[in-house]
This record gives sequence, structure tokens and C-alpha cells, in this order.
Amino acid sequence: MSATAACCEPTTVEAPAAARRIVLVGNPNVGKSLFFNAFTGLYVDVSNYPGTTVAVSSGRMGDDVVLDTPGIYGVSSFNDEETVARDIVMEADVILNVVDAVHLERDLFLTQQVIDMGIPVVVALNMIDEAAAKGVDIDVEQLSRLLDVPVISTVAVRREGFDEVREALDEARVGRSDRELQERLTELLDRVDTRPEALLVLEADPFVSERTGVSVDGQRDGVYQDRRRRVNDVTAAVVHRPQGRADFGARLGRALVRPLVGIPVLAFTLFVMYEVIGVFVAGTVVGFTEGTIMQGYVEPFLRGAIEQVTGSSGVPYSILAGEFGVVTMTVTYIFGLLLPLVVAFYLLMSTLEDSGYLPRIAALSDRLMSGIGLNGRAIIPMILGFGCITMATMTTRILGNERERRIATALMAFAIPCSAQLGVVVALLAAAGGGTIAIAYGVIMVFIFGLIGLALDRVLPGKSTDLLIDLPPLRLPRPRNVLTKTYHKTVMFLKEVTLYFVAGALLLSVLELTGALQALQGLLAPLTVGWLELPAAASNAFVMGFVRRDFGAAGLFELGLSGTQILVALVTITLFVPCIASVLIIMKERGRLFTAAVWFGSVGLAFAVGGVVARVAGVL
Amino acid sequence: MTLLDARPGRPVRILKIDDERARAQCVRFGIGEGTVVESAEKLPFGPVLVRHCQQEICMGRKLARRVLIEDAAGA
Repeated sequence: MSATAACCEPTTVEAPAAARRIVLVGNPNVGKSLFFNAFTGLYVDVSNYPGTTVAVSSGRMGDDVVLDTPGIYGVSSFNDEETVARDIVMEADVILNVVDAVHLERDLFLTQQVIDMGIPVVVALNMIDEAAAKGVDIDVEQLSRLLDVPVISTVAVRREGFDEVREALDEARVGRSDRELQERLTELLDRVDTRPEALLVLEADPFVSERTGVSVDGQRDGVYQDRRRRVNDVTAAVVHRPQGRADFGARLGRALVRPLVGIPVLAFTLFVMYEVIGVFVAGTVVGFTEGTIMQGYVEPFLRGAIEQVTGSSGVPYSILAGEFGVVTMTVTYIFGLLLPLVVAFYLLMSTLEDSGYLPRIAALSDRLMSGIGLNGRAIIPMILGFGCITMATMTTRILGNERERRIATALMAFAIPCSAQLGVVVALLAAAGGGTIAIAYGVIMVFIFGLIGLALDRVLPGKSTDLLIDLPPLRLPRPRNVLTKTYHKTVMFLKEVTLYFVAGALLLSVLELTGALQALQGLLAPLTVGWLELPAAASNAFVMGFVRRDFGAAGLFELGLSGTQILVALVTITLFVPCIASVLIIMKERGRLFTAAVWFGSVGLAFAVGGVVARVAGVL
Repeated sequence: MTLLDARPGRPVRILKIDDERARAQCVRFGIGEGTVVESAEKLPFGPVLVRHCQQEICMGRKLARRVLIEDAAGA
């Protein structure tokens, strides 16, 4: 279990004994990273928190260590972001809490929770300009008095107030908590080590309770509601809000979740994504990086170098530089094909995320997703699945529970063609004359997708979580932020998957050298001819799909298939097993049993559906 | 009456959120039992949107059915 691993090994950032650990904490989209970048400068270390896709940045400010945490609404363990933030917060010497001046009522809950933990805090009251523009008036001095911590007004995008914040860090204070709550925490302190631990135990945080061996039940609601009451009292005393009409941004935000506007806008967004990624990047860019650079220059160079050592034949050469060479295939696949696609996907997703549009897509798609045991948030891995199943499988970690992760992973492995495969599928459909065949392919795939989802929702035990998200205001994304995110996510992806691609290539070389691959082709040939009514050579294409899904589809070009045959072959190959790298990542994320079920299930399903399509098409 | 029955645009008072995790998350967002919110939007067959102090919360349909409310037009 990834979350368990993460909770038990808090990150340790090396720091001189005298240095303070300054931890940035705040709700999502409040501008924390702008503070972090300004305070730490260029030398920043970003690492993937163990077992999560959550990035943690750390850097230096003078002697002090500054850590950025993922955006959270409260400290607990409702999801990976919280688990990571919780562990870092509990180790903090000073907390810089960035709050959104427009949404103080929401943001101060976290502030008050950190104060209740007894950690010294400074509050940066950010986006004070936006609040002023909306007519929200905040009595900053009064806020500081009531919380009993320094509060500094800031406009992070213009770095206003940063010097004051830096100075205020020396005056960070523990702040005003609730006397009765603190007494209860003090009682717990003879059983746990620290006050933050005591609070989280009282709030029934499962991981901290397990770690400390102390559990208190049934108190969270009371503690939360009491804190909410205190926060509401504070906000009521310091915030003056006008009763007014919603501005243009707010009205646009609302329109975007209404189907009448939302669906056309979503369709247009997806169309743009397809044009940019599916056509331009997957075609033009990859054609250059994979064909021209990798196959034209890099591979011959690598082969030459390997030949110097191993000679140009024999088992070592085949394994390193043969058809599925561990060196040649991995390098081409990762840098020639995947890198441009992954960068393009993360760029677009980060833009959507930062603009505030992504949560609205989740809201719009919630209805469809909840029919197949998921909620609207699952749209994110689904979209990424059209890029690379490996990348998307890693992203299923954002989903609410393991049941949802299983459904999403299986759906992608079965029925979503990755961009590499999609490119070839589109080309083949065009070769088949497009039109009817293309529509039939689309309808069949959507139908099967829904069917698998419905079936899994029925069969899998447990319950999926419901959508419950905050829709942030729409904003123009900041290019620097989008680029930074893309860079870190891409690096993290490469770090995490490279080994699996190497292992995949090695496994394939072994399968080929031992004749297992050919045996599998031979095994599938009768089925291909008799049941799918395709030429025997098409079975090679299916087996090659195991290597790389697009290799498989590409093999169909040379067979001179009829329109119906193309339809049958494409349906079969899309449903057929995912590529070997994604199989390995699925195994890592979901375990062996699940992976075996998906693998054999997709072989069975691919041939079953392909055969049915062949029969039905034959009758029509 | 549940949140799912609320007419869009009406102020409603949250009486009970019958889901432990959602209850905690809502309190963090600023919506506790007793809070008056605006039932802002109901997507056809889809989630429900609730507005409270310039923030919008989107809640799945099944969850909205477990949120008990009363009309708060007079409050």
C-alpha cells in the first residue's frame, strides 16, 4: 500500500542543527509556490514523495530549509496530498501559512488547525488586491490580534509584502487555540510524543493513531465543528463583504458547468487537445524525434558502439541492440516517442489545472463516471490514458480509493487506445475510407468501455467515493508555473518508468530468443483465421501489440485488409493486452493478481468481441 | 428534504450530512451542519453545486441525497 509506506517514512531533508525547517502550507491555488520560488531561488530540490505522485520541493533560504507542501484544506489523511503535507507539517519549526484573502472562511480552517497543533505560524494574507477588487474589506490588524500570530498582506504575483513576510518569520507565534482543546491535548501527551500528534490522534487520523498506538474515537466531528465555529467568529469580526452581483469570471465559471455551454466548450477543448497532441505532436514531432533523430542517428550509433564490444551477432548483441534491444528500443521509445507526448500532455493538463477549468470538467463528467463506479475526478487519468497508459496508471493515485483505482486502471488497459496506437488506428481508419467504419469503431469502443465499467462496478466489492470538490475561480494560467509543473511531472515520470521499459525490453528479448513469442503467434493464428476471419499474419500484429501497441497496429497496414477486416482487426487490437511497460506499471501499482486478470481478460475479450464483430459485419 | 430536492437559487440550511468523510471535508470548506448556503445549480442527472461566501462546492448526486436540508428563505 503506497499510502502506508508514505506515512511511515517522513521525508528527511538534511539541515544544519541550527537551521529552522520553514514549511509552506495552504489551500490549493493560493500561490504558495510563488513564495517558495521567491524565497529559495534557483537551487531547489523537487522529489517525488515515496509511493505518491505528490511532489515536494525543498530549498534554502540562508541557513534555513524551506519546504513546499501540496495544497490541502486540512491536515489529515483523506488523500495522498494530505498524507504528505501532514508528515511535513508535523516536523515543522515554523509554518508560513498562505491564505486566499477572498476565501478566508475556508482557508482559516487550516490556519486554526495548525495553530491548534502548537506550531509557530506566520500568516500571509495573499491576493489582497483581488479581495479589494471584489470589495472584500479585511481588518488585518484585528485578524492578527484574534489569531495571535503575525499576519502580512501580500500580492504574491507582484512579490508585494515578501520582505515583510521574511522578517515576520522571526516573530512567528504559536497563536490562540482553545483552552479546553489544549487541556485535552495535554492529557494525551503522556501517551504520544508531540502536540501535533496529540491533535491528530484526537481527530482520529488513522495513520497517526496507528503509528503512535493511541486511538481516540468519535471526537473528530466535535473538534472540527468547534474549530469551524471559532473560525467563523474570527471571519465575522474581520471580513466585510458587499452584497453584490457575481463578476464576469464567476458567471463564466458557472456557465461552464451547465451542459448547454459546458458540453460544447468541453468538446472544443478536447478537439484542440486532439489537434495539438494527436495530430501535431504524435505525428509531426514524434516523426522527427523518433524517425529522424532516434532511428536515423542515435540507434545506428548505439548499435555501432555495442557491436565494438559484443560483435554483431550472438545473444548479448540481440539482447542489447537487437529487434527489442534493451539499449536501442528503450532509448527510442522513451526519448523519441514518449517524451514529446508526455511533455505535451502535462503542458495541456497543467494549463487546464491552473486555469481552474479541470475541476469543472470533473463536475460535468461526474454523471457519466458515476455510472461506472467512478466519480468526476477519474476524467483526469482517462484523458491521460489517451496519451500513455503507463502515465495514466500512475495518475490513478489521485482517485478516492483502491476500488476506483482498479476500475480506472482496468478500463484504460482494456479499452483506451494510447496515443501511439491511436495514431495508427486513425491512419488505418482513413485507409479504410473513414466514414462508416470509423463510426462503427467509435461506437463499439464506447459501448465496450461502458459495459466493462458497469460490470466492474457490479462485481468489485466495496463502495466508490462521491465527488466533493471546490470549484476555484477561473484564472489565466501563469506560463512559468505551467512550465515548472510540466518539467517536474515529466522528470518524475521518466524517473519512475525508465526501469520498467528496460525490464520490458529485456523480457521481450528473452521471449523472442527462446521462441516464446513465435509460439504465441502460432497459437493465435488459428483463432485469427477461423474466428476473426483475418489473414494468419494478423496474429503477428496482435502479439507485436504486446511490445508496443502501435507496432501491432502498424503491422496491419501491410496485409491489404478489406474494410470489415480493418474494423475487426482494430477492435481486437485495441482491446488486446496493453504494452509491456504498462503491464509492469500496473503490476507495481495494483499487484500481480489484478494484472493477471486484466492481461488474460483482455486477450479473451479482444478475441470474443472481434469475433462477434466479424460475424455481425458478415451478416450486414 | 435533501439537497437534491432543493430548488436552484434558494437559500437552504444544512441540517445533517450523513457521511463521515464528507462531513469533515464540508466543515473545512466552511459548510457545517447549521450553515445556510445557496443551492446554486443542479446539473441534469449530475452533481449539485452549492454556493457559500464566494465559493462553490460541487457535490456528487448520491452524496447530495444524504445531505438533509430545510428551506431557509425566511432566515
